[in-house]
Amino acid sequence: MSLFFIKCICVYFSGIGFGLIVNLPHRALNVAGITATLSWLVYYGIINTWGGLGAANFFGGLTIGLVSVVIAHLKKMPSILFDVPGLVPLVPGGQAYNTIKNFALGDYQVAFNYLSEVVWIAGSIALGFIVAELINKIRIKIKYVSRGWDK
Amino acid sequence: MADTATRQENYNHLVLNTCVLAGRIMIESGSEMSRVNDTIMRIARNAGLKDAQVYATLTGIIMSGGVKEVGAEVGSIDKRAFDMEKVAKVNELSRAYAAKKIDIYEFRDDLVHIDDLVATFPLWLQTLGAGLVSGTLVVVFQNNLPDFWITFIVGMFGWAVYYFLNIYIQIRFLSEFLAAVVVSALALISVKAGLGVRADDIIIGGMMPLVPGIPLTNAVRDALSGNLISGPARGIEALISACALGFGVAIALHFF
Repeated sequence: MSLFFIKCICVYFSGIGFGLIVNLPHRALNVAGITATLSWLVYYGIINTWGGLGAANFFGGLTIGLVSVVIAHLKKMPSILFDVPGLVPLVPGGQAYNTIKNFALGDYQVAFNYLSEVVWIAGSIALGFIVAELINKIRIKIKYVSRGWDK
Repeated sequence: MADTATRQENYNHLVLNTCVLAGRIMIESGSEMSRVNDTIMRIARNAGLKDAQVYATLTGIIMSGGVKEVGAEVGSIDKRAFDMEKVAKVNELSRAYAAKKIDIYEFRDDLVHIDDLVATFPLWLQTLGAGLVSGTLVVVFQNNLPDFWITFIVGMFGWAVYYFLNIYIQIRFLSEFLAAVVVSALALISVKAGLGVRADDIIIGGMMPLVPGIPLTNAVRDALSGNLISGPARGIEALISACALGFGVAIALHFF
């Protein structure tokens, strides 16, 4: 259990660290860390209860997409500022490394296993983003319709 | 009469120039394409160019004013880096212009001097950030607490190498490749020296600041918004980066 809390803190700081690398504005740094933590908590919760890799990463990506749009609206900043650091703890770094390593060592069978896992995870995250974008578009449409089509 | 016409023409030229400049800064700083198009069209409409058209790709922008006297303007984009604060700054300026807080002359002036207006984090802070990403992700991905500090240091070295090579070598893929070699070599040496426990975990952590996360996100977004030129182009950019990192790791694993 203590490892879980250490991991939560680590995810928060990884978001901030990535924010420092890509030169986020100062006032966005803290929020970027929180976005990363939220999406990772969703991912962690799902992968340890009912879901597999696909579902966990899909809902992680979906959370990033939705949260970053809401925060972007509140802070009046572009939403890309918040979903880039949020993505960091979901990136399949370990699997990607094992793919390369096994290719280099000549274990092609193992390498392809890891490669398919990487593709599966990346695809799930991307799909989560797509659905988040779709929800956002529908939300804007509903707002305009309820205002009577005047833009 | 002729004087007013000339002045209007000059004004339209200035607007077109400002739009292209804003788009260029946004693409160079790693924004997604739909936002670039949106911002440019918004500036043009607020400035009174109702029929302006823009065609933005990853390597250049073509924009026409839609008025007879001003033709079109082209802006080429040679290098792309990641500087989210510039994206935020252009966004902020465009909002201020829409609210009529600044006029087009101030807007253009601010865009020209954006490097002075936008502060970048100093190198030591960026390096510290890279260390943070590396060290924390080892714990998150691999449940490996003992290797936190050594990964922190290896990640810092990797980022510093990448940063300085980017200044002296203009090819980004080459500096990614060499940074990957340095990270893997340092990880393997540190384990041999007894400073680290598991070399694989240290390499995974040390690579994380270099992983092409933004191009990948942007590739998906651009392709989804229907920009079939920029989406795949960014995808290829991310793929080459990933391959460069992979070859770097493979070579270091072979020799150390």
